[in-house]
Amino acid sequence: MPKPKLGLYWAASCGGCEIAVLDTELKVLEIADFFDIVFWPCAMDFKVDDVRAIGDGEITLTLFNGAIRSSDNYEMAQLLRRKSKLLCAFGSCAADGCIPGLANFATAEAIQGFVYDASPSTVNPEHVRPQVAWQAPEGTLRLPKLWNTVRTLPQVVDVDYIVPGCPPQPDQIKLVVDAVVDILANGKPLPPKGTVLGANPRACCEECPRKRDVKKIRAFVRPQEIVPDPEICLLEQGLVCMGPATRGGCGAKCVKAGVPCRGCYGPPTGVRDQGAKMASAIGGVIDSTDPEEIERIIAGIPDLAGTFYRFSLPNSMLRRRQV
Amino acid sequence: MSFEPNLVGFLCTWCSYTGADLAGTARVKYPPNLKVIRVMCSGRVDPSFILAALAKGADGVLVCGCHPGDCHYVEGNYKCQRRLPITRRLVGEMGIDVRRVRLEWVSASEGKRFGEVVNDFTEQVRALGPLRLQEWGFDRDAADAELAHEGGAHA
Amino acid sequence: MPKVDITVDGRPISVEEGSYVLQAAEALGIDIPTLCFFKYVKPYAACRICVVEARDRRGRTRIVTACNYPASEGIEILTRTPRVVAARRLNLEMLMSRCASMPVLNDLAAKLGIEKPRWGTGTDTCILCGLCVRVCDEIVGAQAIGFASRGAARYVTTPFEVDSEACILCGACAALCPTGHIRMEEAGGREVVHSEITLGPNAAIAVPFRQAVPNAPRIDPEFCVHFRTGGCKVCAAVCPKECISHDDADRTEEFGVGTVVLATGYADLDPAPLKQYGYGRLPNVITSMEFERMNNAAGSTGGRILTERGEEPRTIAILHCIGSRDEDHHPYCSRVCCMYALKFAHLVKEKTSAEVYQLYIDMRAFGKGYEEFFHRILGEGVNVIRGKAAEVVRAGEDCEEGTLLVRCEDTLISKFREIPVDMVVLCTALEAHGDAKEVARRFGISVGADGWFIERHPKLGPVSTTTDGVFLAGGCQSPKDIPDAVAQGSGAAAQAMSLMTRGEVEMDGAYAVIDEEICSGCRLCNDLCPYGAIGFVAERKVSSVNPALCKACGTCAAGCPSGAIRALHFADEQIFAEIEGILS
Repeated sequence: MPKPKLGLYWAASCGGCEIAVLDTELKVLEIADFFDIVFWPCAMDFKVDDVRAIGDGEITLTLFNGAIRSSDNYEMAQLLRRKSKLLCAFGSCAADGCIPGLANFATAEAIQGFVYDASPSTVNPEHVRPQVAWQAPEGTLRLPKLWNTVRTLPQVVDVDYIVPGCPPQPDQIKLVVDAVVDILANGKPLPPKGTVLGANPRACCEECPRKRDVKKIRAFVRPQEIVPDPEICLLEQGLVCMGPATRGGCGAKCVKAGVPCRGCYGPPTGVRDQGAKMASAIGGVIDSTDPEEIERIIAGIPDLAGTFYRFSLPNSMLRRRQV
Repeated sequence: MSFEPNLVGFLCTWCSYTGADLAGTARVKYPPNLKVIRVMCSGRVDPSFILAALAKGADGVLVCGCHPGDCHYVEGNYKCQRRLPITRRLVGEMGIDVRRVRLEWVSASEGKRFGEVVNDFTEQVRALGPLRLQEWGFDRDAADAELAHEGGAHA
Repeated sequence: MPKVDITVDGRPISVEEGSYVLQAAEALGIDIPTLCFFKYVKPYAACRICVVEARDRRGRTRIVTACNYPASEGIEILTRTPRVVAARRLNLEMLMSRCASMPVLNDLAAKLGIEKPRWGTGTDTCILCGLCVRVCDEIVGAQAIGFASRGAARYVTTPFEVDSEACILCGACAALCPTGHIRMEEAGGREVVHSEITLGPNAAIAVPFRQAVPNAPRIDPEFCVHFRTGGCKVCAAVCPKECISHDDADRTEEFGVGTVVLATGYADLDPAPLKQYGYGRLPNVITSMEFERMNNAAGSTGGRILTERGEEPRTIAILHCIGSRDEDHHPYCSRVCCMYALKFAHLVKEKTSAEVYQLYIDMRAFGKGYEEFFHRILGEGVNVIRGKAAEVVRAGEDCEEGTLLVRCEDTLISKFREIPVDMVVLCTALEAHGDAKEVARRFGISVGADGWFIERHPKLGPVSTTTDGVFLAGGCQSPKDIPDAVAQGSGAAAQAMSLMTRGEVEMDGAYAVIDEEICSGCRLCNDLCPYGAIGFVAERKVSSVNPALCKACGTCAAGCPSGAIRALHFADEQIFAEIEGILS
């Protein structure tokens, strides 16, 4: 029996998810042993044409990380969807938009304007900008078009499974791999389409060892402003911890280190909009009935939307900032 | 043709929904732009509802609850009173005029006031114009057409 | 104390050793006259009218004062011997030589057969018995009065003979003064119309009013001497059943109940701000409640209809809708006024020969038998004017018929009229209590703009409220007359009873549930619930809703950042579907 085929691809991402796969240590050898890796631009020398040559649906599983930021990302998503039996949104960028998704607070034009002109380290007197097509003597040169709005993978193609995390934790990847191997080798039934793998159905708080009590907040503080009590819930101490509105699975690494959860695993099961839920949760714990004081307390959270949507803006209800 | 705002109202069942009922029985005239969703308490209004309404095409969202201190559920309206400013800030930072999201207290006896609130809000949103959310949905056909036009990055 | 056996006028009695023979005589029903004696202060033997003859066991007799002569074993007391009478007569004659004009002394003189005091008749009024001084000291504890000067010049006065702040104006000295030497005087020179109203302070212990429930006296701490000086407690000493406790205080008692019927009633509008009617400014302008009180046989006039001068009025105007059906005050109809105003007219006709004018907007005789009553009143010759009174003014000097003028438009004959009357009765609006909002808040029910509690449904739930188990009865919900209030009260009681007899509560299907598969135990919801329905289950590290306590507000569902809480019937997906539906 031929080995199952595995593809890995990165779109708009930092590459951390690829490193996370390597961070599975010896497991990566097991992966390489069990699967026939047919596409992994980061680690192996396959070209897109090699993928095109594969028959539709012949790749057993593709782990697709990165958000859909450009026409190239979109094209690759379509291609890999066509070629793969199972397509998995791997990591927060593919699942929720993640850090690349913060581009949705601005326009592509504004970002390029800064990068190619306004940035203090840029010298570009001719105001050269990337062009989609350039007529060179040798022929037409093309670059992918940068989209104005970053999208998640499920927003542009049909996705079978989602493995969230920025990056997905190596031990979670191991579990996912074991499960996939179990399914493929032993004929176990596939989990229902759309299942979130390698994560906790519950929020991050479930993994957080800190002591929790009822919460009453009269002022928010930033991490650099206090030395948080190591035993007590960070939100109770006035730190905007996204834990309650964030899917668990990471093992609450940040909060264990005294840093409030930033929300990388995205919204938990049953939550449609991570930021809105966080707004609701934060609103519930403010200890005041005076409208002015409430405004003052809320003003203590800088960059509210950026904080609440740090990892999920493209997957939020409003998708992007209106400009 | 003038712009008719599409407004969604979340009304608590005890005060504001009853107040709206009273507006009806008292034959108070107010514009038909507001579409009402009844909730048990203004405290039930999840910011997600407000964002969802805006995302699905509402030009404005009105949340009405009992006057502070008069909540049927003791203090649900205080919860709402705290969530709404955060939601408004969130909405504002998402580039939407915060005047499109409004919180008003309307008691069961304020049928007339309910009419005035709806009237005022409708006029305010009318003045703000339609909320055309950019690229809310993803039009796969359009993206595919664009891609074909580009000729593909890897062509 | 050991008991001793004595005889009074030959009748044996066993009394405590050292107790005074006056008490023994009193116990036997033998009358010994006294002037300076008061049971609750120490005997002083100043007047010496209580003299009796005491014979000890050795047979020696002597004249002693009964009020302070201690009983000892075997003594015989004789109260009517010629020697006793002579001694009393002598003592009284000497008192009369000082002050002979006091009725109490003259009565006593008549009893003792004194025709003309031997040493002449004095014009003083104080017999220097000192009872007032002792009462003020021993009972009241104010020590505001005392004796000044000596011998024949002795007199009772305040320190340095100036009006004393030590005096608490209790009036005990005046009440006990045997001769009436001490009197309470009204220093302000106010005109006293109702003579039965005393100038002294109100009785500190009294049944608040006749028909009071419970019909028992209570102490008014504002007037009670004990609460001002720490002394007195005479009432407690008098009460044979030892019912009176000055140490009792208001206390808050907490007890659990399953149902509550709110029957907090209504308040009367204060007509003083409606300046045009002159209430509080013009004499004989009274409210309907005051008129009702005047008609009460237990009221201040004993049920007679009188003007402030104590005369029977010749004409009375009854003005309807004072503050009711009035955009500036209460837009609603107070509902009961038309009928009680007609009753007033009937009472006036029954009790006096006065002319009665009714000034009304509309005669709302809506109930069973009401219209018939209206026609009966019309038959009694009451003047009924369709037109709201515009104002009440003082009548001019030349006005013969009355002291007040009521101005109005008689809309049936399209004429302005001025009606001279002696008395004006204002049918003031029924309004909600000022603290109705506070009460409503406490019970979680709604209150209308005008302050009346709002029923669950005007037609289908007229006695229940938005809070389960809380019912409304009577005037707190809206103005209503007695039959309506009784009907509503009965309905409320029946609904409350049906809840109680069932012994269990049927719950709405709407409540919140927590999906323990999703709940992360962040505890954000715990404090959101105003009913304490959400608890934290430490062993499973999840929060949990007690559906019996949950009132389905859904605040927790909105606040759950993990989406673990589902508000049944108002679940997220239902509301999202509604949003989608109304916007599609």
